[in-house]
Amino acid sequence: MKSVRIENVTKKFGNVLGVSELNLEVKPGEFFTFLGPSGCGKTTTLRMIAGFYYPTTGKVYFDGQDVTTLQPNKRNIGMVFQNYALFPHMTVDENIAFGLQVRKLPKSDIRQKVDRIRGLVHLGQYGSRKINELSGGQQQRVALARALVIEPDILLLDEPLSNLDAKLREETRVEIKRIQTELGVTTIYVTHDQTEAMSMSDRIMVMESGLVKQVGTPQEIYHKPNNRFVATFIGETNMLEMKVSSIEGDVVTVESENGLILRGLVNGAAKEVQLAADSTIHVSIRPEAFEAGPGDNTVKGTIEFVEFTGLSVNYIVHVNGTSLKAMIINGGSAIKAVRDEIELHIPPRNLYFLAE
Amino acid sequence: MKQQAEYQRSWWSRATQSPYFVYLLISPLFLILFAYVVYPFYSTFLQSFAGNDTLANYRKFFSLESTANLEALWNSVYISIISVICCAVVGVTMAFLLERYEFPGRRLLSVLVLVPMALPPLVGVLSFTFLYGESGIFPRFFQHLFSLEEVPFSLKGIWGVVVVHTFTMYTYFYLTASAAIKGLDPSLEEAATSLGAGRIRVWTKVILPMLTPSIIASSLLVFMVSMASYTAPLMFGVERTMTMQIYLARTNGNLDMAATQSTILSIVSILFLLIMRWYQNRRNYQNLSKGVSVHRSEVTSKPLKTISIILSFAGTLILILPILVLILISFSKDGSWTIQILPTDYTLDHYKALFTDERTWRPIWNSIQMGAVATVGNILFGVAAAYAMVRLSFKGKSLLDTLIMIPWALPGTVVAVNLIAAFSTESPFAFNQVLIGTFWILPLAYFVRHLPLVFRSTSASLLQLDQSVEEASRSLGASWWYTFRRIVLPLTLSGIIAGTLLALVQSIGEFVASILLYSTTTIPLSVAIFQKLYAFKFGTACAYGVLQILLILIVLLISEKLSKGSAGSAI
Repeated sequence: MKSVRIENVTKKFGNVLGVSELNLEVKPGEFFTFLGPSGCGKTTTLRMIAGFYYPTTGKVYFDGQDVTTLQPNKRNIGMVFQNYALFPHMTVDENIAFGLQVRKLPKSDIRQKVDRIRGLVHLGQYGSRKINELSGGQQQRVALARALVIEPDILLLDEPLSNLDAKLREETRVEIKRIQTELGVTTIYVTHDQTEAMSMSDRIMVMESGLVKQVGTPQEIYHKPNNRFVATFIGETNMLEMKVSSIEGDVVTVESENGLILRGLVNGAAKEVQLAADSTIHVSIRPEAFEAGPGDNTVKGTIEFVEFTGLSVNYIVHVNGTSLKAMIINGGSAIKAVRDEIELHIPPRNLYFLAE
Repeated sequence: MKQQAEYQRSWWSRATQSPYFVYLLISPLFLILFAYVVYPFYSTFLQSFAGNDTLANYRKFFSLESTANLEALWNSVYISIISVICCAVVGVTMAFLLERYEFPGRRLLSVLVLVPMALPPLVGVLSFTFLYGESGIFPRFFQHLFSLEEVPFSLKGIWGVVVVHTFTMYTYFYLTASAAIKGLDPSLEEAATSLGAGRIRVWTKVILPMLTPSIIASSLLVFMVSMASYTAPLMFGVERTMTMQIYLARTNGNLDMAATQSTILSIVSILFLLIMRWYQNRRNYQNLSKGVSVHRSEVTSKPLKTISIILSFAGTLILILPILVLILISFSKDGSWTIQILPTDYTLDHYKALFTDERTWRPIWNSIQMGAVATVGNILFGVAAAYAMVRLSFKGKSLLDTLIMIPWALPGTVVAVNLIAAFSTESPFAFNQVLIGTFWILPLAYFVRHLPLVFRSTSASLLQLDQSVEEASRSLGASWWYTFRRIVLPLTLSGIIAGTLLALVQSIGEFVASILLYSTTTIPLSVAIFQKLYAFKFGTACAYGVLQILLILIVLLISEKLSKGSAGSAI
């Protein structure tokens, strides 16, 4: 269990910038996720921690020890690859034992450790199977076992669930989290799937175009995004450009160009937002922020689109020239149809103000 | 002390991290290519300008007063063009018949269709002269049948060369065309038909355009191989071809002229190689669609069925006769077969002699030794070059690839002339020895001629091996060398072995460069066959030939097994 610290790391591929001026600290035992769209630099960062890339400038530390240019085989890391990268000419046990053989452990120790870890990932009966005789989910667990059996200081997971089907992905997600908690190993997880990131992580780093957009707990990232990219990338939201018309006490009134007037709270603003009358501001309203019927911030409009998902009813409502996405939890009440009028309200605490 | 160790380690790690370190790693590869490919070529090039008047040789070559050379150039081009056309017609037709139609005898024919690949060039030409040459079995048979004064027909001259070329080279067209036809999505034809296109339109607008890339690629290849062909013109006595002119100039001691002819022929060959590579790079590979397999239409109507039976019987016969005749003659008593249709006396002596008579066994053993030496070189170079090519990133990759392919594109005759130019004097690349006339020159020639074989097959299997598998091993603590031994080697072994066997068997049968380079103390197998032929010891020559064919068949069988085995374990 080690900490990872990245200091001012920049990685260039020729003239292409992979990661720019990255700073980061992962605590011992933490489950830390790099989240972002493809090409944002998350895998590049992971590979620099693994030692497959060396940073162009900057340093990488494990527990304060400089490992910036240490070879990958000297780092004592466990890595699970997107395509699992299992050795196709070996059995399950041979795959798992590989790292232990490299470490020249006695045969009996290897046997014991392999058996134990195989049990941990629920592959008890499959020790002598060939890799191509396993299903995708089983291969995934072999890859995990192989990375964990060497008792790595840091576990690196590069989109490990992306090759599994939806149902298996959910099961495996829970499984990985369970094993990680049980072993307490420092884990860095790369994904573009926000559900995975939100459900598993202690903390998340959101990246875009080689830059860190925000680091925080899942709740912080979701409820207190620092910028519009994070707000729109994580979950769904209605992003409106509005003007601050007045600030009275802790109540902020905003108005859109076409006359939609809403009220929010002063503390419902991102860190660097300066609320001032007459300034332009972005307002983020999550679809689930809407509540049925009239109340504070009542909006009336025409329904453009209805979607019933079972759990909820999703509407797109046309209000004063703006289309708003609203999600109402299905409470059994009647569902309206397209072109019907609808009345909803948004509690002021659900308005979130962003700069830019 | 500790600080110093620390410093040294960081010095080393800094060196290995340097973007220029990779050039240190690949420098031996380039050194070998420079020493044994570029430098010999350059030596020949220099020699072609030798003499007081630097351009004299070229002026002589293109002179209109003695047109032997120009005629040879024209003949080579002419033979090559005709060969391309004949091979294309035979190869593509065979591919269509065997891939798209079901008729009696199809299965047997589709195995036998590759027989020409198992014939070493010299042995192939040999069996053709026995079958269809002036004193061959068929012309004699018809002469006796109709009691004629002379044989009614026989293979000779340029047309003899073309027939042999067609027989041995149509497989290039057959292989690429049948692969393309297999990849042809039948739903495309169905789509065209559903849009109202008739049979002819489907062919001209859909099928042929889809086959064009493979046909053009094979045309370039056959043209190149025909230009390089030496054995067929030699056996059919066509002296006015480029390769024969080089051989004659060299044996007459006119080395400068041989160098000039080689240079001109090299330029043509390299030009074709470059065109071929350019074409292959810009060509789009069609995605194979899954699920639907190509539909074979069955031949049902009675007359068509009869015709197809006759034709496939004839095809089978044509394909198998060259091997049968070799086997037959290998049992005939030397000197007993003169004007009869078939040999009259038979014996097992030739096969016994192969392994018991020191004089007969010697060439076999020579070839095995020299082939083994060359193949070891090919393995070391090929595996290293393939790894560098696939896994390392450096500038000059396409140069490396081209340099490896060039000796393969050059006619064997030219390779031989180049080596003569470079190594008939002491050379630093031969550790200040003269190589010509020693044991070592032939292994070197074999090594150079077969450079791409191990390289190609190894890089093909390396390309299939995902890089993350190696990275996984590294992340588990394995060093580069440990990873190479336990992961990379086992997973690419089948590719390496396939290339190695091919290189070995080709080296053992190599004739074209051998005939120009061999030293009398280490006569190789192919030259021995040639000499036995001229001494009218047909039986021994054919026994040698059958041995070679057996060797090739074994290699093909093993390669087939290997490629099937590796398909199962591929990720």
